[in-house]
Amino acid sequence: MRLLLGTLFALLVAAAVGLGGTYLALSRGAAFGALRIGSWTAWPKTGTQDADPYAQASIARSGRLPVALGDGVTFLAKNDDDGRRLDGRCDVAVSGVTPAARFWTLTVYNLDGELVANSLHRYDFTSQEIVRRGDGSFTIMVGPRANPGNWLPTGGIDRYMLVLRFYDTAVGVATKEGREIPMPSIKTRSCR
Amino acid sequence: MIRWLLLLLGGVLLGGIVHLATIIVLPRTATQDAFSRLTPVAAVNLVVTLPEPTPETAVMPMMDPAFATSICRYDLSNGPMKLTAPVSPAYTSVSFYTDRNIAYYAINDRSAGRHAIELDLMTAEQHAEMPEDENITAADLLIVESPTRTGLIAIRALAPEPGQMAMAQQAVDAAQCKRTEIPKASD
Repeated sequence: MRLLLGTLFALLVAAAVGLGGTYLALSRGAAFGALRIGSWTAWPKTGTQDADPYAQASIARSGRLPVALGDGVTFLAKNDDDGRRLDGRCDVAVSGVTPAARFWTLTVYNLDGELVANSLHRYDFTSQEIVRRGDGSFTIMVGPRANPGNWLPTGGIDRYMLVLRFYDTAVGVATKEGREIPMPSIKTRSCR
Repeated sequence: MIRWLLLLLGGVLLGGIVHLATIIVLPRTATQDAFSRLTPVAAVNLVVTLPEPTPETAVMPMMDPAFATSICRYDLSNGPMKLTAPVSPAYTSVSFYTDRNIAYYAINDRSAGRHAIELDLMTAEQHAEMPEDENITAADLLIVESPTRTGLIAIRALAPEPGQMAMAQQAVDAAQCKRTEIPKASD
């Protein structure tokens, strides 16, 4: 009886630790070789043949086709620069400059990676569409209400993520974390 | 007490193995991955243009809405393929994925440097069968080796402004993937 109870206990612990760990790893998008700059995170290796098992599992589970490294690199942000999670009911300013790339796009997705419906049918901005200041820097307002200038609507959803993709860029596996590549800041301004 | 602690330790160790096993097995068993989602949409060895990504029509999650995309789901069992993709005015890229959605190669219009991206796709064995003939290597400059027999080619064209989406769709729609024979030695 004690043996049976003991075995059952060990197996339960194993199932909880094993499956819980897998769930956590996949929902947090854990993979090796993360490149973190400010609030942005990229996994350049995920777009190559050297993608580690965690990256492969996350690709398979999400159902996406990752951007190949020879094509571009994908940066993701779920929090602003103060660590607050991005809230679709707040006005969030994405401003600054970007690393050198032929094109970039900034897109709003819900946490499942789906585009967010809005009446303007605007789901992203490309580097060619935005209005810039004289020094080349820009501000994109992400929020539920119309804003003058570059406005990316959130449709008022609760949580979302920002995805910044650079196409034909030197940013990649060899890029080191740090100040050497500039990324736009993310600041929550006001909430409804 | 010690007995339960040991059982707990054993359980945690076993849990670690379970965790690693599920992570490794998951890509093989996933039924909602990109390749499975595209299988009913895309016929084998044909270029199929995907609908413009919107909240209602996106075939896969995390598609870039600024891009028009077409897919060639290839099967190299009967021989190599030739891919031709015209270059759109803004930016065009061709990415290659294994049947487990791993990107193994990508090229964009700048590295192709012509009006169209043209390349031959074959398995390592088919590549090895090719005769070492200078005429053939000169005619077909770009050969891509696929690590798997089946996989996906994604042809993407950027619409820098929404008004250019129709043009980008046309560009990716005009791409072709065709079966070719392994070229024989010319003599």
